[in-house]
Amino acid sequence: MFTSRKGLIGALAAASLFAALSVVVQMERDRRYATDRPAEEVMYVQSPEIMKRLVLSYDAIAADLYWIRAIQHFGRERHSIAPERRYALLYPLLDLATSLDSRFNLAYRFGAIFLSEPPPGGPGQPDQAIALLEKGIKAMPHKWQYYQDAGFVNYWARHDYAAAADWFLKGTRIKGAPFWMKSLAAATLTKGNDRSAARLMYTAMLESGETDFIREDAARRLRQLDALDEIDALKALIRRYREHAPAGQRLTWQALGDAGLLRSVPQDPDGFDLLLDPVTGDVRLNPDSTLGALWMDNRDAVSSAKPSTPPAPVPWPSPIGSPPLLGSSPLLGPEPPLPAFGS
Amino acid sequence: MKTVARIALNVFKESVRDKVMYYLVMFAVLLIGGSMLLAQVTGGQDVKIIKDLGLAAISLFGLFMAVFIGIGLVSKEVERRSIYSLLAKPITRPQFILGKYAGLVLTLTIHVTIMTAALYVVLAVYNEWTIPEVKKIWEAPALDPALVKATFLILLELALVTAVALLFSTFSGPMLSAAFTFGLVIVGHFNADLKNFDAIVESSAVVWIARVLYYALPNLASFDVKSDVVHGLAVTWGFISLSTAYAVVYTGTILTLAMLIFARRDFK
Repeated sequence: MFTSRKGLIGALAAASLFAALSVVVQMERDRRYATDRPAEEVMYVQSPEIMKRLVLSYDAIAADLYWIRAIQHFGRERHSIAPERRYALLYPLLDLATSLDSRFNLAYRFGAIFLSEPPPGGPGQPDQAIALLEKGIKAMPHKWQYYQDAGFVNYWARHDYAAAADWFLKGTRIKGAPFWMKSLAAATLTKGNDRSAARLMYTAMLESGETDFIREDAARRLRQLDALDEIDALKALIRRYREHAPAGQRLTWQALGDAGLLRSVPQDPDGFDLLLDPVTGDVRLNPDSTLGALWMDNRDAVSSAKPSTPPAPVPWPSPIGSPPLLGSSPLLGPEPPLPAFGS
Repeated sequence: MKTVARIALNVFKESVRDKVMYYLVMFAVLLIGGSMLLAQVTGGQDVKIIKDLGLAAISLFGLFMAVFIGIGLVSKEVERRSIYSLLAKPITRPQFILGKYAGLVLTLTIHVTIMTAALYVVLAVYNEWTIPEVKKIWEAPALDPALVKATFLILLELALVTAVALLFSTFSGPMLSAAFTFGLVIVGHFNADLKNFDAIVESSAVVWIARVLYYALPNLASFDVKSDVVHGLAVTWGFISLSTAYAVVYTGTILTLAMLIFARRDFK
């Protein structure tokens, strides 16, 4: 029947007609009986031990497939229009991937980032992120990067600066860890307002730094800590002054000097005059100061220290907003010669 | 030896004519090539997944070839009754078994080499497309010569599995032989659990039996260095030598059993 040319054309036409009809029937069926419930992602096997048995010697490729699934799950949830994004399978998928291939570096590092991402962009599970990184450290103790990542999870997600500094410090003990991790630990302690610990760390770096850059950077950081301490002292001074000053009195260094509270215009350790907001009484580092930017205590805004790049100029006078700058002055040091105020 | 070589060459020619082998190799090569597409969704693990998928494909398809051709090496000759004319010739039964085995191992070697070459071609193309900054973070270079170590050990494993399939083929039909061979392959990958039985069982007799089984059954997991090679970890020549020695000795044991069973089998 189908051997002749006519038979062949007829058969092809019949097959095409049936195919078109099946599409039409399917569309009609979906239109009448469509379900509203979207397909839920299911993970039938969540136990790493069972999965290791099931995949025999193909654990590496299985780990890759679970990693791809984890990325797809994270992306799908993140772009979902559903009001609640649960990311329920993210940690089990990452746990499986890293159990099947314990040296899966990217799964540990990116997995921790995904897990610690706050809602709605992520599940906001820093505990799980830390657990994943600890698992990575157990599998590959030579990876200082995991300590760094754990530090950042504590810094950004938990705002636990002491724990972050502790992780950075642990990372410095790993062979091959970069020199700046110790500086990072100290700076994080400063951010967490633990200046004494930061000072100890920077002092140690100053004494034992392997290169000039490390020692110079540590010295600059110590001067920045001095600046922080002195600005705190100045602020306390200004608060005392305002309690007794006449109402509406403009705050200037001159006024404080006339009140006998200051001997000279306060300067940072690099010799730049500190700036005083006459309205709010806040004390700030001169934008031209060579001390550079610093993390401000008790603020979430972070700016990285750039020793050689002068910070962006802060409009003056202005309400105190973003911080970055601090300086120091010899306020608590030996008496400087009295300059003429206003000159 | 000449007789064995002639039989081996005959087996090789027969397998070359077998379309199933061609399809398996072609599918493996396509899968290896397709790994480049899969690599796009891995979020940075592209070269890792190409290598993982490539080595897994070589291992898996090689296993299929070893089992499905190995189980029919002797049983097909018996079913077709061509065994009578073969044994009427001046060929001893051990020579017949050795020749069949050598022929299939030669076939597997050629196919594994083709698949390895395909993997290297894909990696070479990917290496060419990738910028140097990304290459710096790879744990091992794309065109890593250590991949050959992994495929060599895969080939040793396949040679051992072929011997097992041939053994079962000497006394049972294809279905049972396939079931026994796959069963032994699975057991071979869980061998380490038998060694550590004393950690979970108190009975010393059971522990002793488990220990005996650990040494008696083939330890296939020890040939698996795919993950080590992909992560750039060293696979020493000492390890390869010992694995080769183990494969040779264990295969020799299996082939000796196969020759013994086949020699005593009555085809009337």
